[in-house]
Parts: sequence; C-alpha cells; structure tokens
Amino acid sequence: MNKVFMSGNHTFAESAIRAGCRCYFGYPITPQNELGEYMANHMRKAGGVFIQSESETAAINMVIGAAATGTRAMTSSSSPGISLKQEGISFLAGFELPAVIVNVMRGGPGLGNIAPAQGDYFQATRGGGHGDYRTPVFAPASVQEIADLTAHAFNVADRYRTPVMLLSDGMMGQMKEPVVFSEPVTDFPEKEWALKGRGDGPSRYLCSLILDALEMERHNWKLVRKYEEIEKNEVKYEEYMIDDAEIVVIAYGTTARIAKGAIKRVRKDGVRAGMIRPISLWPFPKKLLNNLASRVRQFVVFEMSTGQMLEDVQIALEGKADITFHGRPGGTVPTPIEFARIIYREYQKTVKKEK
Amino acid sequence: MKLKNPWPRYYKKDVVTHYCPGCGHGIVHRLVAEVLEEMDLGKRAICVNPAGCAVLAYLYFDFDVIESAHGRGTAIATGVKRSRPDLFVFTYQGDGDLSAIGTAETIHSANRGENITVIFINNAVYGMTGGQLAPTTLIDMKTTTTPAGRDPKYDGYPVHITDVVAQFPGVAYAERVAVDGPAGIRKTRKAIANAFQTQVDGLGYSIVEVLSPCPTNWKLTPVDSFKWITEVMTTEYPIGVLTDKRSKKE
Repeated sequence: MNKVFMSGNHTFAESAIRAGCRCYFGYPITPQNELGEYMANHMRKAGGVFIQSESETAAINMVIGAAATGTRAMTSSSSPGISLKQEGISFLAGFELPAVIVNVMRGGPGLGNIAPAQGDYFQATRGGGHGDYRTPVFAPASVQEIADLTAHAFNVADRYRTPVMLLSDGMMGQMKEPVVFSEPVTDFPEKEWALKGRGDGPSRYLCSLILDALEMERHNWKLVRKYEEIEKNEVKYEEYMIDDAEIVVIAYGTTARIAKGAIKRVRKDGVRAGMIRPISLWPFPKKLLNNLASRVRQFVVFEMSTGQMLEDVQIALEGKADITFHGRPGGTVPTPIEFARIIYREYQKTVKKEK
Repeated sequence: MKLKNPWPRYYKKDVVTHYCPGCGHGIVHRLVAEVLEEMDLGKRAICVNPAGCAVLAYLYFDFDVIESAHGRGTAIATGVKRSRPDLFVFTYQGDGDLSAIGTAETIHSANRGENITVIFINNAVYGMTGGQLAPTTLIDMKTTTTPAGRDPKYDGYPVHITDVVAQFPGVAYAERVAVDGPAGIRKTRKAIANAFQTQVDGLGYSIVEVLSPCPTNWKLTPVDSFKWITEVMTTEYPIGVLTDKRSKKE
C-alpha cells in the first residue's frame, strides 16, 4: 500500500480493521472520538460490527461477548472512560479472552482535561482492575508505530489469550503523519476454545468464578506462567544514540519524541546523551536497563506525569545508578529546550564532575 | 414403561443442586432446557449467566455458557449475537442484576432491539448475598437492609422494568409469568417458547419475567412461597403479555 497522511486516531482504526478486527464497541470521549467515527464509517463496509454503546462499561462487555466467539474485538477510550472499562478488563484476564483496548490519555485525575498526558501508566501496567493479573501494554511514539503496534497487539492478544492495551495520548491521537499500512490479514489462528454452540460435542463454559480457593490459586499460578512467557518474549524498546552515551534518557510515547529533539540539541554541545524508549511498558525492559547501569551512571526519566514509569526504572536499576526525574502532568506538553536544559544540567553535575 | 416426561437432553444429570429447597431457579432451568430441546436450539445456544445465585447455572445447563459481571449480561449477549448472528443467545438474569446494576445495559439492549432473549427471574430480593433489598422488593416487605419493611419514602418504589422495556419499538415480545404452581409453570414454558421463537424469527428483543420463589430469604415454606406469589406478588406485578409485536412484523 502507498503512503497516506493520517491522524493517529484514524490509524488505530484502519490498522485494527486490517488486522482482522471485526467488532468495535465504544463510547464518545475526547480526545479519541475520531477513532470511533472512523470505525462507524468503515467497519460495516469491512463486514464487521460497530456499535456506539450506552457506556464504557457496556462497550467492554460487548467486547467480552465478541471475543468469546473468537472474533477479533476492540474498544477505545480516554482516561476517565478507561477507568470504567477496568471491570471488563479484569474479566477478560480471568476468562483468558483476547482483546485490544486503546487508551488515548488525557489530563487527570477526575475529568481532568482533554490535553495529552501520561498519568494512566500505573493503571495500565499494574493491571488496573481488581485481582491478580497483568496486561501487556504497548506505547507508540509515531503514527507509523500506531499502525504497526495495533496489528501487533491483536497478535499478542491471540497468542496469549489476554487483553492488550495500547497506551497513547491526545497528542499522538490528534497529530497527522505519513503512514504505510500492511496488507489486510486473512489468515487467523484457530481458536478451539471459542464458544460456538456445543454442536455435537460436549458443552463448554467460560467463567471467572472459582469458589474453591485451591482451584482459584491454581488458576492464578497458571496466569503467572503465561505472564512469565510474555515477559520473556514480548519486551520491545528503541535504542537511540546509546552506544557512546554517558547519560541516558528513559521516556516513552510523546515524551520520547520530545526527548529526541533534546538529545540532538545537547549532542551539539558535546554531551554524550542517548535514550532508551520502552515500547512495551509491561513487560518493561528491566534487564536491558539493568545491564546498561553497569556502564552508565546517570539516568534521566521524562514523563508527562508526576512520576509513574519512574518506579519501573528504579526497580530495574536496583540502585546501581543515579536517576533524575522531570515530569509535567496535567496536560502540559514539555519542550525539547526544557528537556535539553535538564540533560545538560545533570551531565555537568554528575558525569563531567566524575571525569 | 415409557417415561412421559423424560430428562431433558440439555440438562445435566447426576449433579447435586446448590439451590435452596423450594427455589424457583431449578424449575426455570429445566423449562429452558426443555424448550431448547423442543425447538432444536441446544446445539447453537449460548447462555449468558449472571452474578447471583444463577452464576452456577453452567453446572446444570448442558449447552455453552458464558458468565457475566453483575448486570452486564445483555452487553455480553450483544457482543456474542452481533459477532455470530447464527447462534441462539439468551441471558438468564435476576432482578438485582437486570434492574439495578444492569439497568443501563437492559434498557439500551432493548432499545437497540438486539435479537436476543432475556429470562428475567424476579424474586423481589437479593438471594445470593443473603436477602437484601432489591429494586423489585415490594412495599412493606422486610429484607436484611429494610428491616422495618420497604418504606417507599425512604427506599423508593418497586421497579417494573419489563413494563418499561415493553414500550420500546425494538422489543418484540415481553411477558410476565409466575412459577407458582402447575398452571403457572405451564404458562412459563409457553412464554419462554414464544420468546425463543421471536429470536429464531429474527424479530428483535424478547423478555420473559418470571415471578419466582425464594423461600429462604422470604422466610416462608416452599408451599407458602407459591401462595405468596399468587396472592401478593402478582398484585404488584400482574402476570400477562406486556407486548407482542410479532404479527405486525411479518
């Protein structure tokens, strides 16, 4: 397919349809409305189902119903709406049903505002809903990556029978960039577990209620073994100017784009800065960061929040290196100059001093 | 000797019930299984069971079942039916599930005229959690959270949700019945068959509200529970067909 110029929100939708998503259920909320509108325009033409649900809660439960029959299904929302979906995401995890949930984050807590933010990191990576479960989370940093990761998310969801979250923000959703889509998927994995009516075989049921504590524990450990597989196989990240780096930025999504500008700027002044951009937020690239800490003494974490991914960086580095955090919550978007100043300052303070 | 009333094909054998003595769920479960067999729907049936006493319905139903979070049954059923219109999809829900926490899902699935069937068990009380106030609890009725009886000025009035959805153009069939004796059970069976046929014919949403005994939480004997339905409950919730738009659509 040729290159097209498209917004992030439209790209989520187009890529999902190409990935074989045939059921989309959603409820309007800014800044992701264009996603649902695109689905309304294109899903039925693709032979699929679009329903504007009565609530976020209803939408995620419709996703559960469609996923139960083996259909690739998706819903999308923004922060307050994602909170409402947590009940259903917990059930998807318990049922072991694949689905894709897009969060185009905005400022919070509460209604907050409609400007881009990264305050839902904890909610996304720690499970979000009740119970002992994990959700793979992928964070795109360009419209092209929105296309690629959306297709990837459906594959990961099916491979591990798990809900997968795409964590984006208002900036990524609204901006337009050139994008090339891959060809529509026509070959889908066989889903023997899907409910299709018993036919001539035995009847089956999908349930998350396991009253016997020992049986429930067995189910929990079974999920853990699956999560361990995901941690082993599904870590994704980008290395940027890392080979000679003496100070390393950790940032994801929109913040990572801004940080790239900052790194280019400080490199001109002889600051050997680089960046690790986690693409999978869970599983987090812990090992990579830990290994890097044997060589790099100074890390800088940038987020559009008051410090959430920061905790994962702290866990990963195990105190082996210094971490400086700079966050801008509430829908403010930092500038490359702002980041450059901080990288420069930290470089002067620690790295250069050591020399 | 040939059995006149053989064991239904889609009703599991040799299982011990978890329902209390005199509970209506067992009766309605069996009626559902009988009608599915009679209409040859068991092989392509998917039941969405609720949170509540009937969360364990899959122990008895011998067709495919998916559990739902409390109140979300008709949203899940929407997802199942829209993704696989060839399947026969029905929810089995209680009064708290369907007319308290799941009111929005009930109202809007009905308003969309989803081609699904709802079996709605109304026993005027929260059964599984131990007998608390339900939206359907009768005025002056004592529950564990209305110890002095339901005071409408304080606790509100009984909700008649089936009457509400029966007004919707998308709802093709709605009937209220009662399992309060042999005649009531026969009528319930017929109502379920009508509702199921509505879906088979693709006419839209169908709902059967079943007034059903909960002797444990009503603190009555099973026999007195039947009597209470006939004499008291049906005065608040009159039985009968609430809407039948089936002929108009043909």
